[in-house]
Amino acid sequence: MAKPVLEVKNLIKTYGRVIALDGADLELYPGEVLAIVGDNGAGKSTLIKCITGAEKADSGKIIIDGAEVSFNKVQESRLAGIETVYQSLAVAPSLDVTANIFLGREIRRGGLFGQLSRMMDSSLMKKDAQKYISSLGIETIQNINQAVETLSGGQRQAVAVARAVAFSQKIIILDEPTASLGVRESSQVLNLIKNLQSRGLPVIIISHNMPQVFEVANRIQIQRLGKRAGIVTPKTHDMKDVVAVMTGALKLELKDQTLNSVT
Amino acid sequence: MSKKSLKSKQSDHTEFSSSVSRIQIIQSYLHRYPWLSSAGVLILAILSFSFFNSNFLTPGNLSLILQQVSIIGALALGQTIIILTGGIDLSCAAISVCCMMIMAKSGMGDPYIENDGLAIWLAFPLGIFIAALAGAFNGFLVTKFRLPPFIVTLGTLNIFIAITILYGSGRSILENEIDPFLLELSNIFKIGEFVVTYGVILMLLMYAFFAYSLRFTSWGRHVYAVGNDPEAARLSGISVDKVLMSAYLVAGLIFGLTSWIMIGRIMVASPNVPSDYNLVAITAVVIGGTSLFGGRGTVFGTLIGACIVGVFQNGLTLAGVDLNFQVLAIGILIIFAVTLDTWVRRVKV
Ligand SMILES: Nc1ncnc2c1ncn2[C@@H]1O[C@H](COP(=O)(O)OP(=O)(O)OP(=O)(O)O)[C@@H](O)[C@H]1O
Ligand SMILES: [Mg+2]
Repeated sequence: MAKPVLEVKNLIKTYGRVIALDGADLELYPGEVLAIVGDNGAGKSTLIKCITGAEKADSGKIIIDGAEVSFNKVQESRLAGIETVYQSLAVAPSLDVTANIFLGREIRRGGLFGQLSRMMDSSLMKKDAQKYISSLGIETIQNINQAVETLSGGQRQAVAVARAVAFSQKIIILDEPTASLGVRESSQVLNLIKNLQSRGLPVIIISHNMPQVFEVANRIQIQRLGKRAGIVTPKTHDMKDVVAVMTGALKLELKDQTLNSVT
Repeated sequence: MSKKSLKSKQSDHTEFSSSVSRIQIIQSYLHRYPWLSSAGVLILAILSFSFFNSNFLTPGNLSLILQQVSIIGALALGQTIIILTGGIDLSCAAISVCCMMIMAKSGMGDPYIENDGLAIWLAFPLGIFIAALAGAFNGFLVTKFRLPPFIVTLGTLNIFIAITILYGSGRSILENEIDPFLLELSNIFKIGEFVVTYGVILMLLMYAFFAYSLRFTSWGRHVYAVGNDPEAARLSGISVDKVLMSAYLVAGLIFGLTSWIMIGRIMVASPNVPSDYNLVAITAVVIGGTSLFGGRGTVFGTLIGACIVGVFQNGLTLAGVDLNFQVLAIGILIIFAVTLDTWVRRVKV
């Protein structure tokens, strides 16, 4: 197999006495869709936050394209081409759709005028935002001048996904991107993920929805109690197996991926 | 689904409950333009005061109101920026008074020695610098120690007051002891029958500048984003602490310039300038439709809010109403404004 784009080794993260990550590992290969599944509190969100620099791990290594990195804030991972839809969506409710899509990377007007006035190029951003939203195929957002707080939960999620898709260069990470989407919108997002894959962009998707995971993922990483309990593929294992490992009913042998009962 | 069927459904709906949807329309308009209700209150107030008193709506009186508004208005501008980030600054007036004393006293030096003080081109920037420093100190405590702005500025309010009194030895500096440059903003010019001070002009210029910055620059957008939800702003790649720090620093600068307007208006530098200016400034912000929860509001609304406060104080004084009733009226306005804000924020379009 090719070299991984992203490698995480033995990540440990504690919040006071809570151990969120207890030696977590992860490998993401070029062009693949990697799903991460696990119970609530298994450390999935914490893991991706440590990758993007939203949180600082206590110890462990993060390696991108063979070089160790240490992102201290989200801006740095963004610059490295990693885009993320966080579980909390990270949108500013009173700002409109355009402002949210360009949040933290507003485009300034060009030329001397732009330099002196520091004026944003609103019409350009509006045009691009419209493009991103419609390329997502989610038509329910009619007006991109609408404040995000006036959107439904699913529409908000669409905004966050559109933002990540538009700007990702290297890796895209989606933390439960379909959690509040309807059936139609969910399948749109799943199609989007397949599109990203055909563009050659590796995707990490966190989800509790097993059928969705089995539909899009090349590999499924099962997270349990802050570490990796195993990796399976949709071809070799079924949902029952995954749930069994997730809950600790069965144990996955790392070397040959056979399932054994816990002794 | 066709758009047509959706539309006809909507119109059916409006026929059945037109009164409900009309309220919803008002709500969503107020949601989009939070200053609308304040503008309504201002017009209503002006109309009723002029109805009861023929002296109210004269150019002379309106000019006076504008001059009275210049101090509160300038303070409320800085206050708006801080409240937009989700904070509050109880120390705003104390910073201004401190800056005023530093400019006046360092420029004067020992009153019994001729030409003892600093040259005005040193004394003035020194005062403004100290004001910016005071703002930055608030910002430092808020960002580095994660303390609530209310508590931080309650503390620094007292610190700044104490410093001012200690520095000024509790003594007022009179008009003839103050460098003429510091009194410059009391100069007037006339537009028809209206008398405008340069202090009013400075206030309006500051409003124009910050209305622009908040609306058209990425800094302004980040101020709103941080006030909305600091964690979301952080995850969106905004340096929250830098934005907060800049807001408190800029506010300090505004409070510094406010002190210049203040001296020009009261023609004396005194450590015991009304200490309730900070609350009046917050009042103006809230009445102007800016949400105390942060992330929502405009400086234009604040300007209207400051005018409302000015019109109420002036109008009730003209009507010979007991001062306590003025306080009562302002109190009712605050409750009204906050109730409206809470209602408007529940909007779902
Ligand atoms: N900011 C925080 N402060 C304290 N504890 C936290 C914090 N963030 C996460 N935790 C704890 O870390 C553990 C892992 O949380 P995490 O959000 O990573 O779980 P998750 O796998 O994403 O769960 P879910 O499926 O519910 O999203 C939990 O026990 C949680 O309580
Ligand atoms: Mg999670």
